[in-house]
Amino acid sequence: METIDIQVVNAVRTQLPTREELAGKFTHIKGWGVDIDPENDPTYPMKNPRTDAEQLGYTWQRPAQQPQTVEVLQTNERPNLPAVFGTSSPPSGLSGAIRRYAFTFSESNIMHWIPLIVADRVNMVEGLMDDLLHGTVQNFTKEKGLTAPQEPNKTDLMTNVLIGTAVTIGVMLILRGRSRATQIE
Amino acid sequence: MNYRGPQRVRLDHKPMPEILHPEDAIVRVTRSCICGSDLHLYNGNVPDTRVGTTFGHEFIGIVEEVGPDVHNVKIGDHVLVPFNVACGKCSFCQQGLYGNCHESNAQATAVGGIFGYSHTAGGYDGGQAEYVRVPYANFGPTVIPPGMDPDDAVMLCDVVPTGYQAAEMGGIQPGDTVVVFGAGPVGIMAARCAWLFGAGRVIVIDEVDYRLEFVRNYAPAEVYNFKEMDDVVLFLKKATDWLGADVYIDAVGAEATGNAIQSLTGRIGLLQGGSPTALHWAINSVKKGGIVSIVGVYGPTGNYIPIGNVVNKGLTIRGNQTSVKRLLPRLIEHVQNGVINPKALITHRLPLEEVAEGYHLFANKLDNCIKPVLIPSRAGV
Repeated sequence: METIDIQVVNAVRTQLPTREELAGKFTHIKGWGVDIDPENDPTYPMKNPRTDAEQLGYTWQRPAQQPQTVEVLQTNERPNLPAVFGTSSPPSGLSGAIRRYAFTFSESNIMHWIPLIVADRVNMVEGLMDDLLHGTVQNFTKEKGLTAPQEPNKTDLMTNVLIGTAVTIGVMLILRGRSRATQIE
Repeated sequence: MNYRGPQRVRLDHKPMPEILHPEDAIVRVTRSCICGSDLHLYNGNVPDTRVGTTFGHEFIGIVEEVGPDVHNVKIGDHVLVPFNVACGKCSFCQQGLYGNCHESNAQATAVGGIFGYSHTAGGYDGGQAEYVRVPYANFGPTVIPPGMDPDDAVMLCDVVPTGYQAAEMGGIQPGDTVVVFGAGPVGIMAARCAWLFGAGRVIVIDEVDYRLEFVRNYAPAEVYNFKEMDDVVLFLKKATDWLGADVYIDAVGAEATGNAIQSLTGRIGLLQGGSPTALHWAINSVKKGGIVSIVGVYGPTGNYIPIGNVVNKGLTIRGNQTSVKRLLPRLIEHVQNGVINPKALITHRLPLEEVAEGYHLFANKLDNCIKPVLIPSRAGV
């Protein structure tokens, strides 16, 4: 498959063109701008004020850059680190390797997200092993908050009991069926 | 608070946060909430939620330390911290899109930085802790007005502005009928705020009776339990002259129940970015030419929604992470004038040590829980 290489063009504009300048640029397009209506602004109130500054590109006065002291995975949809970033739980171990792989894909690619979910589950096992290595005794009851005052939802409880019973009966029937089939053979 | 895996959190000692940037501050937390959107993390449904991270994007606290370039807050100030990490300088922030800051999230461009909300939202530790690092302290943290109850202030970090923006994005016109899906804290606040924009009728749909009863009185609103309906869309059409309501607000997001296939593929199988049942109902029952406002959180992958009906019905869909800082001046006024009473939503006040119990209570809707607040032992207020 042929891939298309897109040359990145960095914006060098410093100010937005005026309405007149734009009109001059598009004189060859009949009717350009005849229905411009500044009141028709579906971005309001979220863009408030609307300045269209993003049309100038990545040209704003950036805040000071936070020094990078830990590994920070960076989306490939931006050219640099943001001025500040979180430093919690840097990637490590097998989950870290999976996460590094995930970040080779863009955010719109499912191969970015599925490995990240897999890495989260691997990371959970790594956490358990890390606790064991450091002698931390697991208290699942406490970690799951089951020590909170319980007021079971009776509907949910009954639903769970019914589903559990149905699944158990289903599995038993399947196993019995297989057992009989084996005897007939 | 230390996340250990789906539905497992515990209290741990972690190193004190440090100033890492000249505009950082260190805040000693006095209140932090557990948010409905924290449950997406808690259930392991948000990609890149790493073991060892601390959740919490709704918190207030006292400034303990500031970086050399911080001049808008000072040590000792009691501040409320918007859940967005926003620089205030990029072209998005300069247009009030503080939830879309481009200088706060290395891991994703689709969302700005959010405290304690996975590495997909920037990898910041959050406020369910004793101390927290707050970047861009010149811009985000807002000094709590004298006399304001801390319980009201902590609700201004997310719940109140998100409910307000949900109604605002609905473009509600005087007399409009507004339907809110979800009677969690944000849905309750959205229903309350719909009246502020001139709604003529407010309907709230949920499955939890005690929450419906609360919002019936608080908003006030007509309330209906969707478990008692054969067909939610048909019910809403019949209830609105067979045309549908003018505005729908999705305050549920990825954890929606009510449709087995959506739940199976969205919540359990993670084949979608959550279960879009509420959104599906909204699109199918809103009036032609109507507006659907989304503040419920969904994952970054796709969702099965009837997009064809969006086209056929000429709908406008609006959504965003809340621009807390933009809305704060107006909302502080509303709280001070008694127009909004945020702390009425708080049902549980727990010591930080009981964070796991708080999550369990909130996630399972036990003990009539609507909004739990965590209070560290060093809070002092």
